[in-house]
Amino acid sequence: MSIIAQHGEIFIILACLFGFFMAWGVGANDVANAMGTSVGSKAITIRQAIVIAVIFEFLGAWLAGGEVTATIRGGIVDPVLLQANPELLVYGMLSALLAAALWLLIASAKGWPVSTTHSIVGAIVGFGAVGLGMEAVAWNRVGTIASSWVVSPLLAGAISFLLFKSVQHLIFEAKDPFAAAKRTVPFYIFLVGFIVSMVTLTKGLTHVGLDFTFGQSFMLSVLLGIGIMGIGIVMENRVKHERRSGDQFGYGSVERVFGVLMIFTACAMAFAHGSNDVANAVGPLAAVISVVRSDGVIDTAALVPWWVLILGGGGIVAGLVTYGHKVIATVGTGITELTPSRGFAATLAAATTVVLASGTGLPISTTHTLVGAVLGVGLARGMAALNLRVIGTIVMSWLITLPAGAGLAIMFFFMFKGIFG
Amino acid sequence: MVKPNPFSAMFGRSPFQPLLAHIGKANECADQLLPFFEASLAGDWEEAAKIRETITELEHEADRLKTELRLNLPNTMFLPVSRTDLLDLITVQDKIANKVRDITGIMLGRRMQVPAELAQPMRDYMQTAVACVAQARQALEELQDLLESGFGRHASDVMLNMIRELHILEQQADNQQISIRRLLFDLEDRLKPVDVVFLYKIIDWVGELSDRAERVGSRLQILTAR
Repeated sequence: MSIIAQHGEIFIILACLFGFFMAWGVGANDVANAMGTSVGSKAITIRQAIVIAVIFEFLGAWLAGGEVTATIRGGIVDPVLLQANPELLVYGMLSALLAAALWLLIASAKGWPVSTTHSIVGAIVGFGAVGLGMEAVAWNRVGTIASSWVVSPLLAGAISFLLFKSVQHLIFEAKDPFAAAKRTVPFYIFLVGFIVSMVTLTKGLTHVGLDFTFGQSFMLSVLLGIGIMGIGIVMENRVKHERRSGDQFGYGSVERVFGVLMIFTACAMAFAHGSNDVANAVGPLAAVISVVRSDGVIDTAALVPWWVLILGGGGIVAGLVTYGHKVIATVGTGITELTPSRGFAATLAAATTVVLASGTGLPISTTHTLVGAVLGVGLARGMAALNLRVIGTIVMSWLITLPAGAGLAIMFFFMFKGIFG
Repeated sequence: MVKPNPFSAMFGRSPFQPLLAHIGKANECADQLLPFFEASLAGDWEEAAKIRETITELEHEADRLKTELRLNLPNTMFLPVSRTDLLDLITVQDKIANKVRDITGIMLGRRMQVPAELAQPMRDYMQTAVACVAQARQALEELQDLLESGFGRHASDVMLNMIRELHILEQQADNQQISIRRLLFDLEDRLKPVDVVFLYKIIDWVGELSDRAERVGSRLQILTAR
């Protein structure tokens, strides 16, 4: 306990630094994938993508990031077992942050497909199992998280398959696809607004001073959905029917209507990403702060200080502005085969899955979920060519990232233990 | 430091662009057939050689596109159509350009001039064969809409209609072939025997040209049926 009292300030400063660095990494690398589908389908420009990402990543982190933060902070390593030596939790969380951030830096320099979520979970499990003992890790919870990594791409794939099938059926098969698109797209926009606000509201916004019952949440979500739909209809009316030569069904105009929809799904995606991935940086930070603040008393129920989520959101924005825009440009220009109708199905499916996971406090990989969603569109015969080798690289990244994150975290854990005693 | 990430690596290059470009080259190749024929009728072998040069070049370009498509189709590529059907289609397409080259090659090499009585029927016959190729190309271009709609019913109906028209054109070419053969049979005694043999051969090959165009249509139907 004296260690905490003695070095409390240093611990908080270090945690803030590492946490911000980690959030910077998320903003610099991960956000590009979330926004890449929208930029690649030419629905929004890179500049617009950055503005959307800045606003909605931040909102997602602030409004819906609490659950995953709680999981990272106290769900993987059981803090109650550390009642006697609270400083071990501080060392562990600091080393997990440092390990994950360092691993991400190495991996992105080498161009390896790693996930922030997997690095931080691997790191926390690593220091827990080796530094504190096998029984300190909540293996049930870890099992649930690991299975959610398999389930989330599958779920996103299934949703995007159904969404794209509905687009085929309702719009492309219609006599006048353009009119059908104008009729149908507002409902999809409603769906985007409704799903995101419903999950966020039912999960609770008590930390910003709003407390709704389920019925109230439902009504409010419907209202929000309708409001967003109204904005969408106004924007949609600006899209005029233009027939290019050789485009006898008018699919070109249909895609431009979907371009309007893409703006909304891009916002949803940024929100979802913010709600899930900010926790990777903020969770360990919150754990350190709560231990230090309470002078070594580990209180699992303590609220995450409001400024911590804002620090995480700020880090993401900083990463995005300083470096992420380049990655968005690269990813966006690489994805030319994704038309707005496909992009919409994939993005909405991924956003829905991620927001659901955030609501239940499961840290999942946004990128892998998006990959699953795009494959779902491919299965519905919506994509010209998909390289399935990416599935292999994703599985490989799991196999490599977990031990690497864990190993680095163990190393740093003993290093901190040596430095602070 | 910006590296390709797994997400953008997932989007493969569409094989349908080279496929369409390939049939375009084959069609351009076939379009040279009539000018070549006119030059041969006029006995302008210099012009004919020049046209034949263009045909060879176009055929090479088609070959290049074919190789490019085959190389860009690894096993891990997930397509909305079967890989084998796609490879079959490009093989059949490629034979169109080859046949045009064969026809013009032998006509130029032997300085073949079709007898005046046969000139008009032969011209019509070649026109039909070229029209078959153009029709096959048009049907193939429908693939764009078909992909765009995720293989929707409307776009596939349009394509099927085009394939049906292609079939009718090919039958027309068959009928023309029969009547030309009959005409040639009546002229046989007046002509040099070797010339007659090669005339039959040319007639045969022009027929094969329309036949191959039709086969592109049926391959296309197989490719998109599922």
